[in-house]
Amino acid sequence: MAFNKDSVSGTIKVALVVCVVCSIFISSAAVILKPFQVDNKILDRNMNILIAAGMFDPALNNKAEVNDLFAEFTPRIVDLDSGAFMTDEQLTQLGIDLQSYDDRAAQSDPAFSDVLAEEDDVADIKRRVRYATVYLVEAADGTLQTIVLPVSGYGLWGTMYGYLALEGDGNTVTGIGFYDQKETPGLGGEITNPRWKALWPGKQIYDASGAVALRTVKGNGSGVHEVDGLSGASLTTRGVGNLIAFWMGPKGFGPFLTNMTKG
Amino acid sequence: MSSAVKAVLTRPLVTENPITLQILGICSSLAVTTSLNVAIVMCVALTVVTGFSNFFISLVRNYMPSSIRIIIQMAIISALVIAVDQLLQAFAYEISKQLSVFVGLIITNCIVMGRAEAFAMKNPPVISFMDGIGNGLGYSMVLLILASIRELFGSGSLFGMEILPLVANGGWYQPNGLMLLAPSAFFIIGFLIWIVRTKRVEQVEKTEFRLAPHTVQEVAH
Repeated sequence: MAFNKDSVSGTIKVALVVCVVCSIFISSAAVILKPFQVDNKILDRNMNILIAAGMFDPALNNKAEVNDLFAEFTPRIVDLDSGAFMTDEQLTQLGIDLQSYDDRAAQSDPAFSDVLAEEDDVADIKRRVRYATVYLVEAADGTLQTIVLPVSGYGLWGTMYGYLALEGDGNTVTGIGFYDQKETPGLGGEITNPRWKALWPGKQIYDASGAVALRTVKGNGSGVHEVDGLSGASLTTRGVGNLIAFWMGPKGFGPFLTNMTKG
Repeated sequence: MSSAVKAVLTRPLVTENPITLQILGICSSLAVTTSLNVAIVMCVALTVVTGFSNFFISLVRNYMPSSIRIIIQMAIISALVIAVDQLLQAFAYEISKQLSVFVGLIITNCIVMGRAEAFAMKNPPVISFMDGIGNGLGYSMVLLILASIRELFGSGSLFGMEILPLVANGGWYQPNGLMLLAPSAFFIIGFLIWIVRTKRVEQVEKTEFRLAPHTVQEVAH
């Protein structure tokens, strides 16, 4: 029987063959390239931690320096509820390895995260990790110089992941950086623009009473507790404000920062 | 090189340029031309995709049921675009982040689809591949012209290297912010089309509809 491409069975056969061939092609590309992509993501994340901490300037530094510079950080895992560092014994008990622990993977793992009550979930992240990795830089005399905290919150199109760097006082912002976001390019996507990020350093998170006071505002932000919103991106800007409110508050790093600055 | 191959490679540059004559692929040419680096990657990506999609579509053209022709073309084009996107994420991560959605949108780029339907469906694979590359080059040429003008006057630099010292860095050049916005690309494409059609009058389109003169004499008011 000759193959009739325009018959119903011919059409279905051709469609099937094309689909199978294309899917094999795409899956092999994805599998082969995955290790490179993962390396890139880690490098990019480390670079963003450095940029947030003001230790790396993409205009001046070379990407090859990222790993060396990143070695200055001491990663520690914090129990968010108590705000204390996890001891090595606790980590072993939970089966957490400091180097390979992935906060974002832990967020969707019921063993390492909890569902947030709706009234607590200001940043709209649904689940919160119990243990978070923070990165510390100590000065030569042992005093704490920089604290880099992972933050995340829902913007307009998806969850924005980034880092907020604070000075040793746990209150003054050193910088902020987002390494994964899906906001509208040119509008909300401007949260990665160095000019907007330059508005952050020097701002203060808490007011005299210890409540989170830093917020994003429309129009001209003034004073140490206000950051100018992005024009044309009200929802993204609100998302960033919510993210600060959540992660600096009692359900986020509030207890940890209190502990750090008390002692 | 045979003259047929040469023709399919060079005709799309000026004579049948996909952007200036056929006015296809405008969307991405507005979006990715604020800097030369990004534009070049986009050009390479599009040229590769157009070439290979033409090749594969032409390869299977005799087996394509006419009722699902477009869907099969789309499946092949999408597979190629996803592969290119994955490659960029693996080897040019920074640029892939800047290009963001636009690599994915090559799938809907009118040039790729247009060449598949207009050329690859009627010609053998190798010459179709050349046609795809030629059209990719025609697109690239316009993109690079746009990107050079926009980056030079919008950011005072070329390939990220400062050419015109900016006021912000203590120089004299006040960058033209309009150049970084999409409308500027529209204006430049408009000027390009004007220049090309002044030189090549045969490209000027015939007026499709002309108002006929009044058939009844207007009464003076």
